[in-house]
Amino acid sequence: MFYVSMFFQYIAQYLKTRMEYRADMIVEILSDLLFQAVNLVFILVVFGHTESLGGWQRDEIIFIYGFFLVPYALFSTFFNIWDFNERYIVNGEMDRILTRPIHSLFQVILERMELESLFGVITGLVVMGYAAARLNLTFHWYDIFIFILFVFGGTLVCGSIFVALASIGFWSDAKTSIMPMMYNIGNYGRYPVNIYNDVIRFILTWILPFAFVGVYPASYFLRKTDWYIYAFLTPVIGLLFFILSVIIWNIGVKRYRGAGS
Amino acid sequence: MSKYLEMIRIRFLMMLAYRTNYYSGILIYSINIGAYYFLWTAIYGGKESIQGLDAAQMVTYVAISWMARAFYFNNIDREIAMEIREGKVAVELIRPYNYLGMKTMQAFGEGVFRLFFFSMPGMVIVSFIFPLELPLDWQAWCFFAISIFFSFVINTEINLLTGISAFFLFNNDGLMRAKRVIIDLFSGLLLPISFYPVWAQEIMEYLPFQAISYIPSMIFTKGFQEAEITDAILFQLFWSILLIIPICAMWAVAKRKMIIQGG
Repeated sequence: MFYVSMFFQYIAQYLKTRMEYRADMIVEILSDLLFQAVNLVFILVVFGHTESLGGWQRDEIIFIYGFFLVPYALFSTFFNIWDFNERYIVNGEMDRILTRPIHSLFQVILERMELESLFGVITGLVVMGYAAARLNLTFHWYDIFIFILFVFGGTLVCGSIFVALASIGFWSDAKTSIMPMMYNIGNYGRYPVNIYNDVIRFILTWILPFAFVGVYPASYFLRKTDWYIYAFLTPVIGLLFFILSVIIWNIGVKRYRGAGS
Repeated sequence: MSKYLEMIRIRFLMMLAYRTNYYSGILIYSINIGAYYFLWTAIYGGKESIQGLDAAQMVTYVAISWMARAFYFNNIDREIAMEIREGKVAVELIRPYNYLGMKTMQAFGEGVFRLFFFSMPGMVIVSFIFPLELPLDWQAWCFFAISIFFSFVINTEINLLTGISAFFLFNNDGLMRAKRVIIDLFSGLLLPISFYPVWAQEIMEYLPFQAISYIPSMIFTKGFQEAEITDAILFQLFWSILLIIPICAMWAVAKRKMIIQGG
């Protein structure tokens, strides 16, 4: 209960500070929209020259992209920890975190959240809606719950990978560029995994499971029965990887010695 | 002149000191090239060629356009905006050099560094992983060299323009991000211009963006033939000269209305 009230208090605090600079917030949302538009333009232009991409049609690819945007937006909102190493370890901020009465990871997440990114959920829903209408997809009443479950799983998949990587900072405070690299690898999840070769497909499924952010869960709503096993694994993989990453984080925190001074 | 050459040298040496930061950059670019490699092979499927480019040319196009990006890409718009916001530009303006010229030279030093320590080894690595078709005749390489030089000039000019805009807008972050998106899309980095619908191509002919990535990459992949090459390079030359005018105009106005924020 304490965690929930902390969560909402941080959100309230966050909104107060951001509302002071409304213009900045709008600019940020607009530029996020622009970045999302680039990928859409890419898909649209490419399908001007081909009918299918690895057996998937234009609107299916657009649907997958729309789905991808939803967990990705939630991930960017709550797991904005790509600069954890510099911000918390090198600057010694972690010492302060450890004196707080809530779990250290939760505290970091609260401090670093970026609620503007939530706008991506709306963009994703609009893109999916457009594609679904063109594909004449039909939904059952329970699909909404499955959708929420899958989005939740996808968010945890992304989140856990970045939490695990952030934990590396506890062992070595050298500057690494693994985080930006991971953002680029994450983009592979936007397209059907069957266009990649087997090694990459295996990595995207079991090691850096970005495929569970986009194509696998989306295939359920596209009624691709061959992919259902993977689709329903989404929440399992998400939870499993997240538990694992929290364990790594906890071990790391125990090892944390401070940056000196 | 010698002071500007010195700036190129200093920036080059500065980058050299931090060269380890760049190895991961090559990996990131390779990851991106990989993503587009698989995408394009799937797009080509059984097709022989799309818009005059066959699958092998397309892969080469993707690889060379990313590796060329390492050369022409720079952050001077961000640097200029930062110096304006922090008021450092006031000190820069009383120094005995042209501020914009100095920034351009620094960017060039950075570009040359990345050409040798990023693009070239990167291209070698990438050509081991992916089936590339490198041009065999020396003319193509020469034209390519001229062309990426102009890419650098035009991209830098656009960066100067967005950077100077910080004089007029207190916060030009949005403009800088929009510029990045526009350049990614309309320079031909992600998609060759010839893939766009005809109406979009016609609009883009009146804009400088395709001179940044599309032209050098097309020369490299032999997508352009004889006359097209010279036309394309003239197009680049035309824009590199034309863009000087708005830069000078904006700079003249900016210097007059400069307000140092704080400091």
